[in-house]
Amino acid sequence: MSTFTPFQSIAATRRLLRSKELSPIELIEGLEARIASVDPAIGAYIERNLETAKKEAAHADLSKPLGGIPIGIKDAISVKGQPCQSASRILDGYTAPYDATAVARLRASGAIPFGRMNMDEFAMGSSTENSAFHPTHNPWDLNRIPGGSSGGSAAAVAAGTALATLGSDTGGSIRQPAALCGCVGLKPTYGRVSRYGLVAFASSLDQIGPLTSTVEDSGIILNAMAGKDPHDSTSLELPDEDFTAEIGRDLKGLRIGVPKEYFVDGMEPGVRSSVDAAIKQLVSLGAEPVEISLPHTEYAVAVYYIIATAEASANLARFDGVRYGRRSPEAKDLLSLYEKTRAEGFGREVKRRIILGTYVLSSGYYDAYYLRAQKVRTLIRRDFDQAFTKVDAIVSPTSPETAFRLGEKTDDPLKMYLADIFTIATNLAGICGLSLPCGFSNRDGVDLPVGLQLLGRPFGESRLLRIGHAYEQSTEWHKRRPGQPGL
Amino acid sequence: MASPCTSPSTPHHTIDVSYLARLARIEITPEEAAIFGPQIGRILDHVEQMNKLDISGIEPTAHAITVFDVIREDAVTESLPKKTILENAPHNANGLFVVPKVLD
Repeated sequence: MSTFTPFQSIAATRRLLRSKELSPIELIEGLEARIASVDPAIGAYIERNLETAKKEAAHADLSKPLGGIPIGIKDAISVKGQPCQSASRILDGYTAPYDATAVARLRASGAIPFGRMNMDEFAMGSSTENSAFHPTHNPWDLNRIPGGSSGGSAAAVAAGTALATLGSDTGGSIRQPAALCGCVGLKPTYGRVSRYGLVAFASSLDQIGPLTSTVEDSGIILNAMAGKDPHDSTSLELPDEDFTAEIGRDLKGLRIGVPKEYFVDGMEPGVRSSVDAAIKQLVSLGAEPVEISLPHTEYAVAVYYIIATAEASANLARFDGVRYGRRSPEAKDLLSLYEKTRAEGFGREVKRRIILGTYVLSSGYYDAYYLRAQKVRTLIRRDFDQAFTKVDAIVSPTSPETAFRLGEKTDDPLKMYLADIFTIATNLAGICGLSLPCGFSNRDGVDLPVGLQLLGRPFGESRLLRIGHAYEQSTEWHKRRPGQPGL
Repeated sequence: MASPCTSPSTPHHTIDVSYLARLARIEITPEEAAIFGPQIGRILDHVEQMNKLDISGIEPTAHAITVFDVIREDAVTESLPKKTILENAPHNANGLFVVPKVLD
């Protein structure tokens, strides 16, 4: 009999379970002990309880693709019978009455959804500092942020306190924390995974995806989750696909686009050198580099912060203190019930974005902001359409910098937003994106992970995972572990 | 990548934060209004760069992957039990949500 060892991939753990070297209960108990010893310093979990998971492990069906595999769930994704708060006080007391479709499909594949992974409130943020519960610390340097908004999901995988987790990505919220924590994050094509049961932030941009320790694992999870769902009319009916099918094939004949707009001055030197080396490595594996242009890149942040806040201001109108969550005890009439409940329940970043979203949708400003942003969105999407006529994938850094310090950017929202420059356009164009470890950048004497971003055409996940896997297996980056004391 | 708008200078855009907060049904303190005003102003200054582009004749994109006319069968299906839904309400009685008196 073996015991649970942290940092094992899903693929490896599955082999141990099936050969009976490890039982599903031993796996959960081992994970529980690991979480108890490590997570107090990290804070990746809002809820660490594994009692339900243990019960489910007792009848795990190991013949299924994810049989007995525990998967941590971001607090924005509904797990039946479990609180789901999107890390917001306004959802105090709310228990999800149903499983999100992504969660239900994981269960159907034998997985055991558990936990509540910390995040920025309503997924609004790039550092997980906007959680109403507590901040999450980066496993590579506890004084630094893990990225966001799926910071808990990324930090847990990086700290070996989860085999894999689910996150959601509206403007980079899976890929950026994956990059900053040194794990793998996949944002599927818009419409690939049902959003039913995901607390809505910006509905035309939101997508659920996995955070894992290997590229192959992200394909295994996507296999379980993808597909049309009658509960989400934007989910798409597509032929069944095994997203791991291309994994293991070489890169000969594949063209990799290098967008000149993504390699500009101002990037952290250690990020630049790591990504440059990664491109050389892809070329040595047989890929052909092609310089491309995505001319409207510089407008992406502006367009995003109009569209995302506009959609958020509408989506978050439902939190009114009437049907679920908290209600202000100070309310005297219906209007003050709304105003006081929302004043007490929302954090500052959420209020700021709702107010901005209200402004850009308000009478007299709609054309100048929202409609104009939607038109520029068309131009951004066309940039990618054109690029993908020439290349199979696009390569870039995931983030222009490695993890910053806790508190470093909390006073300047615009500065925080501009750090999302490389991930945001992906969501505006609806395409798929993958972030995977590609090196380290030394900041103040600490090696911090650098993420390589690969972007693929709509529904091109299989190709993306093939490229990512080939790169990953030819390097040692994914095998490095945080050296913080106690980890 | 670096934008001149990142410096915490006085923004060109001024907005009436208190009025917008009222529209959004959020009570904000004068302190919050004083913080949000310049922050949102600077974000709008940054957004201004969209005006450099000629967008005449460009169709807006509402959804990147467009789908049309998604309809379902007009059939009676089960929905979540009323009791389950009401259990999440901060205040309910007689199978209904309770709110403060609306009419005098």
